Amino acid sequence: MTTVVSRRRRVVEITGKWVVFALFVAAWQVATELAEAPYFPTPVTIGRTMVDLWLSGPAAHLFLTDAVGTQIVPSLLRLLGGWAAAGAIGIVVGLILGRSGKAYDYVSPTISFLRSIPPPALLPVFLVLFHIGTEMQLATIIFGVIWPVLLNTIDGAHTLDETVVETTRSMRLSRTRFLATVVFPAALPKIFAGLRVSLSLALILMVISELVGSTNGIGYQMILAQRNFAIAEMWAGIVLLGILGYVLNVLLLAVQNQVIGWHIRSKSLTGR
Amino acid sequence: MLDVTEISHTYGSGAKSHVALGNITFSVEKGEVVCIVGPSGCGKSTLLRAISGLLPPTGGESRFMGQRITEVPTDLAFVFQEYSKSLFPWLTVRGNVAFPLKAQGMPRRQRAEVVAEALGWVGLADAVEKYPWQLSGGMQQRVAIARALVSQPALLLMDEPFASVDAQTRAELEDLLLRVRREYNTTVLLVTHDIDESVYLSDRVLVLSKAPSMIVSTLPVTLPAERDQILTKETDEFVHLRGEVARLLRYGTAEPTSVPVPVDAAME
Amino acid sequence: MSRLLRNIIGTVGVLALCELVGRSGLVNPNQLPPPSVIGARLVELFNDYEFSLDVVSTVLSWAIALGIAVLIAVPLGVLFGSVPLVGSAASAIVEFLRPIPSVAMIPLALVALGGAAETKIWLAVFGAVWPILFNTVHAVSDIDPVQINTAKAFNLTRRQMLTAVKLPSIAPFVLTGIRVSGSIALILVVSTEVLAGGSSASATILERGGLGGFITDAGTGGARMDLAIAGTFVAGLIGFVINIVFVAVQRRWVNWSDGDRAR
Repeated sequence: MTTVVSRRRRVVEITGKWVVFALFVAAWQVATELAEAPYFPTPVTIGRTMVDLWLSGPAAHLFLTDAVGTQIVPSLLRLLGGWAAAGAIGIVVGLILGRSGKAYDYVSPTISFLRSIPPPALLPVFLVLFHIGTEMQLATIIFGVIWPVLLNTIDGAHTLDETVVETTRSMRLSRTRFLATVVFPAALPKIFAGLRVSLSLALILMVISELVGSTNGIGYQMILAQRNFAIAEMWAGIVLLGILGYVLNVLLLAVQNQVIGWHIRSKSLTGR
Repeated sequence: MLDVTEISHTYGSGAKSHVALGNITFSVEKGEVVCIVGPSGCGKSTLLRAISGLLPPTGGESRFMGQRITEVPTDLAFVFQEYSKSLFPWLTVRGNVAFPLKAQGMPRRQRAEVVAEALGWVGLADAVEKYPWQLSGGMQQRVAIARALVSQPALLLMDEPFASVDAQTRAELEDLLLRVRREYNTTVLLVTHDIDESVYLSDRVLVLSKAPSMIVSTLPVTLPAERDQILTKETDEFVHLRGEVARLLRYGTAEPTSVPVPVDAAME
Repeated sequence: MSRLLRNIIGTVGVLALCELVGRSGLVNPNQLPPPSVIGARLVELFNDYEFSLDVVSTVLSWAIALGIAVLIAVPLGVLFGSVPLVGSAASAIVEFLRPIPSVAMIPLALVALGGAAETKIWLAVFGAVWPILFNTVHAVSDIDPVQINTAKAFNLTRRQMLTAVKLPSIAPFVLTGIRVSGSIALILVVSTEVLAGGSSASATILERGGLGGFITDAGTGGARMDLAIAGTFVAGLIGFVINIVFVAVQRRWVNWSDGDRAR
């Protein structure tokens, strides 16, 4: 369905966005140069700091410094690991609960309450229970991030069309096969929506858990920078996290389009 | 093959109860095509679900090949009216038709052959890689029919299968059904509101009254086995039969019976 | 068995299970006290003046921050969304700035602004602005032209057009954005409180360590985990009530739409 015209328009759209953003950064550069505020280094300064920190390594390592391996990678692993674990648990439990109205009724008040707890409120508790380190961070991420996936999966599994249910009953599927091959694909659009929310929440939780209870990682680096009053380095961390968030979201969107392309294209046809 | 004995069904209880099905008894013999025709809201769909095991009836029982039906039996297949919601949108045509075979554990190579054959019979051999949303309504329903027939069911139940397509497509699908069911030698029980269709397709027509539905009459269809959309419908026989069905729908039975039959509002 | 009954039985069951586990010796009762102990602390806290000041500090900061964010983001969003080019440009910029987790600004803000009251409020404002802005811009640019043309055919003034057609039309999406922002703002307020540490002997309410500060103080070194968990429970309660209020508002005022974009 992508004609030549619409493909060209998409390219224009995307380039346009980057041009606008570049202009914005340029304006930011001018503003910070003129203002000379101590807490607002210029984008150029930030960029140089980022290169110093992470991209000034040997060519053999793709110019990456050691810091990338010892700080950025662990953060990423915790982020993605926690998110994936929460996603897997949320999807499996959500599929089962979504099709079992009674079971869901028993646990729904508990779920509604637990998900309302703002995750940072749990940080001190998790610190005591898990001590400083990866365990505590994973616990924070998983506990905070499981709810959007769980609730969206329950919603997707629950709102299965009656005709689909009758069709599968007329085929006498086992419950497991029913959940795995019918409910799961049917709920995928909503599951992906939950996964995307979870991903940005996971990024937030990774950061605060590292700010509070870690000995390495991007957040930890930022705390060090804070103690050393290295403003540019703090900004470098902020920008890096922004880039991470953007790239991860784009990747997830790409996966989503690949996996549920059927849903997107059929919706665009029927209009709703 | 199918024995329905005093099936009745009531929705709800107490003051809000609604008797959808009165007292329904009939049988379907092997190799027959039986059509149940009735006005809208007479519980035709409820009847199909009650006798197939999808909906446990509040009264009576049905037996399939001698066995009492509580769950949908393995040798029974269903085609629903809403094809767009019955086919799985995340699977291709091939995936949809292969789905019941995969669930039964048929090995891949055999699956592929059986699926190809079924799609060939419904005329969709070229559409294997397409997704349902890319097909027209008539084509989607053909996929649904192929999926129902692919596991060679002994009995095929169809719930107003052609009600959601245009008249032209309906005629094509009716002929398709006649051809295909002969190929697979499947017994068919089809529910419809279309009088012409009920006579054209079947060996026997069961006329259903409005709720609480009961069988008003059973009409043997004495048309020749070979049917044609134009020629058959011109015959005196067809005209007479469809007139009979129409009269039965409108006025109920001509003879008095012990159980009073409600008079239907004018339907066609 | 009705749904309500199942709700109650399930919740009681969960609490009973936690009570059993808490008393069984499987967990350290100093680290993870059973619900009965937490419950007792909650009752005490309910009557504790200092604690209620902390709670007020958190909730008030949250409310102020959300209010400011709405006052900034909605008019801006309407403005940007109404002018097509500006709307797309603003969308583009927001799209790149949005992924930055606002919690990342906390260390910087604490250094620049100190641990004063304004810090947690301004951080929360910063985080809360984006979802509202994003949703508002898109809602405005997605306004159904048929509705506008219908209104024009009735010769509505620009003001009437705004209040009678445009604002109600964008209300569902904007409210959804505000609801998302609400939870982000709460996260930011509490995070800042946790990171800044408690400072309960401060002058103004807003400058107090708030709920986050209370939980941190209680939890430091595992000293009073019962109080810390009780505090966490209260935080959850606050979040729960906020969510209910939002859902109720949406249902009452914009029940013709589920707040998701039509396309």
